[in-house]
Amino acid sequence: MEPKTIIEKIWDKHVVHKEEGSPDLLYIDLHLVHEVTSPQAFEGLRMNNRSVRRPDLTFATMDHNVPTIARHIINDPVSKVQMEKLEENCHEFGVEIADINHPDQGIVHVIGPELGLTQPGKTIVCGDSHTSTHGAFGALAFGIGTSEVEHVLSTQTLWQSRPKTIEIRVNGRLGAGVTAKDLILAVIAKFGVNAGTGAVVEYTGEAIRKMTMEERMTVCNMSIEAGAKAGLISPDETTFSYLKGKRHVPEDFDRAVAEWQGLATDPGATYDEVLEIGADEIEPQVTWGTNPSMGSSVYARVPFPEDYEDPGDQKAIKQALAYMDLKPGTPIQTIDIQYVFIGSCTNSRLSDLRSAADIVRGRKVHEGVTALVVPGSKSVKDAAEAEGLDTIFKEAGFEWREAGCSMCLAMNDDIVPPGERCASTSNRNFEGRQGNGSRTHLVSPAMAAAAAIEGRFTDARKIKPLVV
Amino acid sequence: MNVDTDQIIPKQFLKRIERKGFGQFLFYNWRFDDDGKPREDFNLNEEQYQHASILVSGKNFGCGSSREHAPWALLDYGFRIIIATSFADIFYNNCVKNGILPIALDQETISELFQKAKDGYELSVDLKKQQVNDGEGLQASFEIDPYWKEMLLNGWDEVSRTLALEDKIKLYEEKQLVGE
Repeated sequence: MEPKTIIEKIWDKHVVHKEEGSPDLLYIDLHLVHEVTSPQAFEGLRMNNRSVRRPDLTFATMDHNVPTIARHIINDPVSKVQMEKLEENCHEFGVEIADINHPDQGIVHVIGPELGLTQPGKTIVCGDSHTSTHGAFGALAFGIGTSEVEHVLSTQTLWQSRPKTIEIRVNGRLGAGVTAKDLILAVIAKFGVNAGTGAVVEYTGEAIRKMTMEERMTVCNMSIEAGAKAGLISPDETTFSYLKGKRHVPEDFDRAVAEWQGLATDPGATYDEVLEIGADEIEPQVTWGTNPSMGSSVYARVPFPEDYEDPGDQKAIKQALAYMDLKPGTPIQTIDIQYVFIGSCTNSRLSDLRSAADIVRGRKVHEGVTALVVPGSKSVKDAAEAEGLDTIFKEAGFEWREAGCSMCLAMNDDIVPPGERCASTSNRNFEGRQGNGSRTHLVSPAMAAAAAIEGRFTDARKIKPLVV
Repeated sequence: MNVDTDQIIPKQFLKRIERKGFGQFLFYNWRFDDDGKPREDFNLNEEQYQHASILVSGKNFGCGSSREHAPWALLDYGFRIIIATSFADIFYNNCVKNGILPIALDQETISELFQKAKDGYELSVDLKKQQVNDGEGLQASFEIDPYWKEMLLNGWDEVSRTLALEDKIKLYEEKQLVGE
């Protein structure tokens, strides 16, 4: 048999219908739903008198809009309507929902894996571009628009054109204290925000194999920031042991594992393109611009537009620096910050909070800095509290919040004010993303914690944990 | 270049539960200042572009968030066609499903369009022939998947089309023991 990549294996297994001159009709194994991109889809079903074909393969939660201070205080009436609408829709169409007070509530890309809904070999979609996160398990997972949400709700399928395949090979190992976030930011800085357009990426190499599942999720999460709808990692023992005992995994787990073992890319399989990066040369990253590729090592300086050959790039850099209020040549480590956000589907899992807490323990948030920790789910929050992380953060002067998307996109009340600068563990530094006029610098949880303590960017590896 | 969907429709406007009425919020933070007044330095606010139905931009248009509110806003504002050097994948799909035609052209042609697109400039687009033509020398052809082309030309309801294949979906579910 012809050797295949995991991407081709999952694709081929899910083709329901094929015809000349049309995309493939793919079966969807898991559809995750949230409050912002679904109301118009449910309305479409209602108008056409259609039902949800497989409520048992559909799971909903609330995350984008939810308040993180007190659960019952939703100041924005429009947000409230959107959440109520999701609840109504789920009840009407028989879809299971983890609502705002449910113990399973959380960011959709955090709870899917936690509940064991995310599994190797599945096709997974959600009306959210960071659905690529679930690729960490060797699933083909991608974000879709609301028309496609409606299509999946009523047919459990999607018309999709066969993607190109790209291997991103990460050679060598990451240095001590260099994180999965630093790796993916370095990948995007090196290859650009549209390197993956039209493609699905598979991450391979020693550094990836060594990663925990939570680290792999951070990497796959930002595939979309490199333009790839989906990014995945062939499953291995790390994947299987993470899933063991999770609520929704198959009852006959050993049999499932035996099947999942066949998913990994075959030796000798080829990709349309191979990109390589050396893990050992990556240093902690900080973005300085207005898209995720505009970043560099914490030891670098803000670039000069003239450093770039392409006039289009020069113009983009100029605009970005004007928006970010940064002068070319400024050392990254001299940039002062006023806000710190630790959270989002990229970096809000227990290991992320632990790595930030290691730096924060026994120290104080710098004067003039507002710092938030927003756990990715109720379950992450409970686990963190059980080991006292909340106390570490609160004693240092951080705010400890309820689970949700929060300041990553500032749809709720967690907003960075105009002109203020935020060290953020989220995934997008677009203009206005964290609030109109806000300035976002993307970093790892450790780097965000270090920035909170110092009031400016600094190499988190230099802040040694205190024994308290 | 790299115009992201957060710019096309900022998040504070994603809370509506309808598909209509998003045009007023299109490029909101670029179109309006903090007091809600139109910014003079943003070209969409110029008088000559007030009734434009074709939007021209650079590479990787529509990157970022999967929000379909972006094409809803573009459509509601009056755009029917978007011409750019390249498009982000999810955004491209979202456009086609809403009857917007995304056209990818080479950088040279785009630069020419930027220069020519002044008051009264007209560009005609023939989807059947997959060509754009301004009648004054600019002519270019574009690629489109035949499926999307048919969909745009015929205004298909894609769900109905798929439901006609329901037997195949059922068969797949039985064979793969989906949900068992």
